[in-house]
Amino acid sequence: MIYLQLFISYLKIGFFGFGGGYAMLSLIQNEVVVQNAWMTNAEFTDIVALSQMTPGPIAINSATYVGYTVAGFWGSVTATISVCLPALTLMILITRFFLLLRNNRYVKGLIAGMRPVVVGMIGAAALLLMFPSSKEGASFIDGWSWALFLVTIYAAHKKANPILLIVLSAVAGVAIYYLPNIL
Amino acid sequence: MKIGVFTFGGGYAMIPIIQREVITHRGWIGEQEFLDLLTLAQSAPGPISLNTAVFVGYKMYGYRGALTSLTGVVLPSFVIMLLIAVFFAQVRHNAVIDAAFKGIRPVVVALMFAPIIGFTKGLRGYIVAIAAATALAIWHFGISPVYLLFTGGVIGVLIAACRGKEVQR
Repeated sequence: MIYLQLFISYLKIGFFGFGGGYAMLSLIQNEVVVQNAWMTNAEFTDIVALSQMTPGPIAINSATYVGYTVAGFWGSVTATISVCLPALTLMILITRFFLLLRNNRYVKGLIAGMRPVVVGMIGAAALLLMFPSSKEGASFIDGWSWALFLVTIYAAHKKANPILLIVLSAVAGVAIYYLPNIL
Repeated sequence: MKIGVFTFGGGYAMIPIIQREVITHRGWIGEQEFLDLLTLAQSAPGPISLNTAVFVGYKMYGYRGALTSLTGVVLPSFVIMLLIAVFFAQVRHNAVIDAAFKGIRPVVVALMFAPIIGFTKGLRGYIVAIAAATALAIWHFGISPVYLLFTGGVIGVLIAACRGKEVQR
């Protein structure tokens, strides 16, 4: 039952997606690449890149994309709905008890305890993309990859626009890997 | 609806747009309330834009409002991503596209690393150590992040419970 698997996986991602964005990547990657092997590391990296260039949260983008590649249109509908469900129900609950929750020390403790884990999750997602368990679908293939990586770290540190960086890297990719073959 | 369409970059990039739409243009909620909301949306699971949409929608029109604004935020991403998924599968093996993505991948990884460097600057040493241990546990030992989050949360609550008795702020 591929739909049920998609539903459960993305429900989990939605429910434990503390920290949003990049922190969720580690969860998504764990479900999609490691547990279910729905796609390779390289394919996953491509989705991250595509998600950054398109509007909307990465969790939804990846749900739609993965759902579609795994089980067609209804797969993408299933995954997208299930990733939204926890946010919908939990936020309605939170809104109801908004004032109670705001200064509760247990809630504060819960959040403080999870914060370092969330930072670590972002690191894990990046590490998994850098050093995948199998050679197939690796994101770093040669010295050029590392050069691009280092330049980007520097540029991001200088607050360059990430979308611009992705577009430039695509141009660089074509120049490095495609042009020499046709010249 | 408008919020969903114009939010390239996701997450934190969306906040100013949500802010302008919800407070300045529509006057749905106040400035202070928005700040509180942001704190909550960050700590609740799920993407921030989703959480704020549900919050504002629910405050305005109850369950129906929450569902409507959620759909409004999700639908544009869904449609755009679906189109890309359909289209991308066809051009995936084109030599030019393939070369472009070979260039893009390391840059994406670098873009993920960059915020970590920013985060860790403001944090205390032991938190950085926990974060590093977490990253290693997930990456090298393949432990599900879910368990680690759970453990972190429990420890946080326990510390809060112990401290709370002595120091009542």
